[in-house]
Amino acid sequence: MAMEVTQVLLNAQSIDGTVRKHAEESLKQFQEQNLPSFLLSLSGELANDDKPVDSRKLAGLILKNALDAKEQHRKFELVQRWLSLDANVKTQIKTCLLNTLTSTVADARSTSSQVIAKVAGIELPQKQWPELIVSLLSNVHQLPAHVKQATLETLGYLCEEVSPDVVEQDHVNKILTAVVQGMNASEMNNDVRLAATRALYNALSFAQANFSNDMERDYIMRVVCEATQSAELKIRQAAFECLVSISSTYYEKLAPYMQDIYSITAKAVREDEEPVALQAIEFWSSICDEEIDILEEYGSDFTGNSDIPCFYFIKQALPALVPLLLEILLKQEEDQDQEEGAWNIAMAGGTCLGLVARTVGDDIVPLVIPFIEENIAKPDWRQREAATYAFGSILEGPSPDKLLHIVNVALSFMLSALTKDPNNHVKDTTAWTLGRIFEFLHGSTIGTPIITQANCQQIITVLLQSMKDTPNVAEKACGALYFLAQGYEDVGPSSPLTPFFQEIVQSLLTVTHREDAGESRLRTAAYETLNEVVRSSTDETAPMVLQLVPVIMMELHKTLEGQKLSSDEREKQGELQGLLCGCLQVIIQKLGSSEPTKYVFMQYADQIMGLFLRVFACRSATVHEEAMLAIGALAYAAGLDFAKYMPDFYKYLEMGLQNFEEYQVCAVTVGVVGDICRALEEKILPYCDGIMTQLLKDLSSNQLHRSVKPPIFSCFGDIALAIGENFEKYLMYAMPMLQSAADLSAHTANVDDDMTEYTNSLRNGILEAYSGIFQGFKNSPKTQLLIPYAPHILQFLDSMYMEKDMDELVMKTAIGLLGDLADTLGSNAGSLIQQSLTSKDFLNECLSSKDHMIKESAEWARLAINKAISV
Amino acid sequence: MAPHDLRRPFKRPAISDQQRRRELSLQRQSQNRRDAQQQARCLASSVLSLQSQYPDPVPELEIEPESQPQQEAGPLTKDLDIRQASKLRGPEVRKWFASQLMLPEWMIDVPDRLSHDWYVFARPAGKRCMVVSSNGTTVSRERNGSILHHFPSALPSGARTKDPSGSAQSYCILDCIFHELDQTYYVIDMVCWRGYSLYDCTAEFRFFWLNSKLAETGACDAPSHYHKFRFSTVPVYDCDQRGLYSAYIESVPYAKDGLLFYNKHAHYQTGNTPLALVWKDEKCSQYVIDTDSKGQVLSQQQIIGAKPELRQLVVLELQEDGKLSTSDDPPVIFGCLDGEFIQKSGLQSGSLLKFAIGNGGLSFVDGKLEKSDLNYLGKSNRARMFADSYSKVIFQYMVRHTPLKFDDLLASVSPSDDEENKPCDVEMVD
Repeated sequence: MAMEVTQVLLNAQSIDGTVRKHAEESLKQFQEQNLPSFLLSLSGELANDDKPVDSRKLAGLILKNALDAKEQHRKFELVQRWLSLDANVKTQIKTCLLNTLTSTVADARSTSSQVIAKVAGIELPQKQWPELIVSLLSNVHQLPAHVKQATLETLGYLCEEVSPDVVEQDHVNKILTAVVQGMNASEMNNDVRLAATRALYNALSFAQANFSNDMERDYIMRVVCEATQSAELKIRQAAFECLVSISSTYYEKLAPYMQDIYSITAKAVREDEEPVALQAIEFWSSICDEEIDILEEYGSDFTGNSDIPCFYFIKQALPALVPLLLEILLKQEEDQDQEEGAWNIAMAGGTCLGLVARTVGDDIVPLVIPFIEENIAKPDWRQREAATYAFGSILEGPSPDKLLHIVNVALSFMLSALTKDPNNHVKDTTAWTLGRIFEFLHGSTIGTPIITQANCQQIITVLLQSMKDTPNVAEKACGALYFLAQGYEDVGPSSPLTPFFQEIVQSLLTVTHREDAGESRLRTAAYETLNEVVRSSTDETAPMVLQLVPVIMMELHKTLEGQKLSSDEREKQGELQGLLCGCLQVIIQKLGSSEPTKYVFMQYADQIMGLFLRVFACRSATVHEEAMLAIGALAYAAGLDFAKYMPDFYKYLEMGLQNFEEYQVCAVTVGVVGDICRALEEKILPYCDGIMTQLLKDLSSNQLHRSVKPPIFSCFGDIALAIGENFEKYLMYAMPMLQSAADLSAHTANVDDDMTEYTNSLRNGILEAYSGIFQGFKNSPKTQLLIPYAPHILQFLDSMYMEKDMDELVMKTAIGLLGDLADTLGSNAGSLIQQSLTSKDFLNECLSSKDHMIKESAEWARLAINKAISV
Repeated sequence: MAPHDLRRPFKRPAISDQQRRRELSLQRQSQNRRDAQQQARCLASSVLSLQSQYPDPVPELEIEPESQPQQEAGPLTKDLDIRQASKLRGPEVRKWFASQLMLPEWMIDVPDRLSHDWYVFARPAGKRCMVVSSNGTTVSRERNGSILHHFPSALPSGARTKDPSGSAQSYCILDCIFHELDQTYYVIDMVCWRGYSLYDCTAEFRFFWLNSKLAETGACDAPSHYHKFRFSTVPVYDCDQRGLYSAYIESVPYAKDGLLFYNKHAHYQTGNTPLALVWKDEKCSQYVIDTDSKGQVLSQQQIIGAKPELRQLVVLELQEDGKLSTSDDPPVIFGCLDGEFIQKSGLQSGSLLKFAIGNGGLSFVDGKLEKSDLNYLGKSNRARMFADSYSKVIFQYMVRHTPLKFDDLLASVSPSDDEENKPCDVEMVD
């Protein structure tokens, strides 16, 4: 049955394009004609030691891709396809795969390991292939080292692929025993030891029970710590990776080991090679992450499942940890700031220092200040940079009171360094630090302002000057200005920035035109800062924001004039259009929020809309999204006048709703449909058939990201509220969908926080849909059409009330819906509500809620219900 | 199995501006959705808000509505039409406005559960008015409908400046007393806020809303170019012993004119209501004994045989059948003029007539007015819109004979006073 595939597989890797293409075609044909035979041939190829390594590797890769895909729905199809294959065929393939593990060819073994894990990922949850783990474990005791190595690697992949709950504890114990034995210092073969260490990384999530047992945990920890001392770099690196993973998975079990781990990591940071040192630093960063999370949960007095206490490891390690991190700040590389994606020990150390500051707050300040004072004015740029970086790192975490004094002292020094320091790296970090100062210590919540009338002028002059510096420094200067403006967002009718507004805007526009604005994200930073300057503008500067409209429109117009573009140029054009549409969106939202400016702005509406439509015609995902967002803002500002744009705009709206792949685009478009509903009200009616069809398709699609579904339900409500009883014809489609979604969301397993959050957002969408529909039908003769749905809705409310896991928003929307139901159905709802299990309790609970939004909705609901009952 | 990438963001803010733009859009959209939903519900409440058609939430204090002359004559909606009405002119609109305020009855006996169900606060002396902010301007109207001020304010939509909420619907209606001395509007109740009607909310909620929302607009700030008058809240207390005492004794930045009592569960009901009560004595008001519009104690009329400080005047409305009634709904009949006298004096039904209470005083049987000794003085001042209320006449009568004292109030809220143990009706005999 198997077929000779060697040559085709080799051809498929040929440098000759035609040969390659032909081979790919044949493989595809073969697969389509006879899948079982195709898969058998591939597994036979992979297992055959007489075949060339290249054809074996590709055979394995194609097998792997036949079992798994990134896309959820495709993956599902492949799983179903494998499960429905003939059992004999599957057994033959699996035998081939297991045999390959004993091959002397390393690549073949490794490829087979991965394929085995994929098959296990499908079959183990189905309780199939029960002998797999047993047979792998028997391999571990076989003599040849390469078989041991391949088997441990396979176990590693298997643990990555399979969820812990499908492997019985007895097998888990055996896997861990095999892995930890392989890691042991007594294992003389480094390949085996490395494979075992990497396997442990994946197996850690299976070890919950073992980590609860003191003896077993001690043993695992000892072996991991010993592996960090191996002579082999890759083993040390893999062992530290295990420590990093343990720090987050088993934080609460770490206390007895922290002293040793500190010694090991400190030694690695100071003496070991960079890949190992970076992992050692990451261990501490990861501990910070854990403690920040725990302390945040304390802060919001969330007691739900935060049974993990904070052990304050960082606080205890502080006196030793901070000097270590400060020391490595001095190990900068030349030009690291100009390199995209650079990552080195100094950067990791600085990042960790910032996390430590967030974890311990005030305590870090006295430990870092002497370092700053000693190094900030040294002739060696490394010392000046390290001192500045240390300063910037500790600005988030400690209380403003603790920092204000030193910040006030440092501010003028920083401003002078930004203009005068000869070193680019120092200026970059100085500008970044200024940005951090403005981000965390400037704004209406800070008692004593650090920016005063006395220094405002100087600060702005220096920042605008720095925007002419090299791209990396200019980008940081833009960032600093961003936070400077943000601090004035709620300043009131008069802003200290007003006298400089024109100059700031002009400088930012100049930056966007720099030849080198494409480097270091500079152009993006300049436009984003412009956005923030617009957001924080006041009435005083509204005329200047208005003047900006034709300027940005002209820029957008210029991007549309290009001739034939290369794909690279096209991508750049798309990016720029995104920035410009984003900027227009911010301006529209700003000017649209007050009547007088909106009135003046609307004179540009036709032209702007024309530009947006031309941008759509260029077709690029990010532009699509930004232009869509801007159109939403325009619809809100234009109100009924937006109707005239609908004939031209509609097709793009539909395209946006069809964009499953880029779900952000789809989500944004759904939001814009809501904007348009509120702007046009019943004038949206002619477009509703199309929109509803698309939204219903979206809901039934399993390709669309689930996060878009709640907003789609809310959007049903928007449409119903806009078109009122005309929603009648969609009831027969929308209502069953709402009902089944409601059933699904009523009882949640409450697996994790993400799921609970999603369930609540889904409920909120469903409730908003119902509210919109009921309010839309109010006072119409067709309200009786809604009566049949009322019992189910009341049951939905009952079940949510009884689950006791609604968040505040859902509670508010839910009690509002109860009011809407009573309001629209009147006496028809009255008796149903009286009979319902929990309506009365729910109402009373909401009436006495401390949340004023809930109380407000409840007051209204009570009134509507009283009326419905009394009639 | 390759090592895992451990790069963290370096020198980058955690949130990109693009993400921020998305989030701000989502915020705006959900705010707009709430506004739209709220508006739809407001349209509903306009129908619902004819409270008199439906049982009141506190039935034992309910007045049985028999006719609704005001609702039939005036527009049906309140909050939506008040904005229209604020632009109107002439006597009709004055009459309409006059009927929009919730008017306290005078406290002639102590309500049950005073300490549980009621708030108390010191009423500022000054002009009672309705303040409406909408479309970039603010208008205050007195009880008789005439405009007091037309000015810019920091209330939502109260001036032609940036409004952070951005909604054209964000008008507000406040029930205020304008205090001349410090040129301040003391807000005693909130009727509509940012387009959201509070008519059908309990006083408990309205006061909570008032206290949490007013200050955040800047309306309580000192006057400025865009904000001509300062607004202020008044300290409101639970009506237990301490609260009552505080309201009575503690100094406030304004001159006091008695104490106001609000039932916590009462909605904002226009016209006279027993769910808001006013009480005063000499210690907390300069105007205990009836005053005229200039604040002068009425003393010029000579009623033979009565001590001048005890003379009491009443204004009553002449009915078609000659009966003299109060402004209550339903009206209380105080007496009757005979047809001949009416004809001779050229009086028409609906006229407001002024009387003095004679030596015969008022007689009660079982707590009900049985007889009154009225002496006709003439037609009332044309600025008057309504006859006196029953409770006002009785309160003024009691002040002159058997006043309800502060100690009586204190006693009724004393902790020893069991809920079941209702305060005794004050004896009202001549």
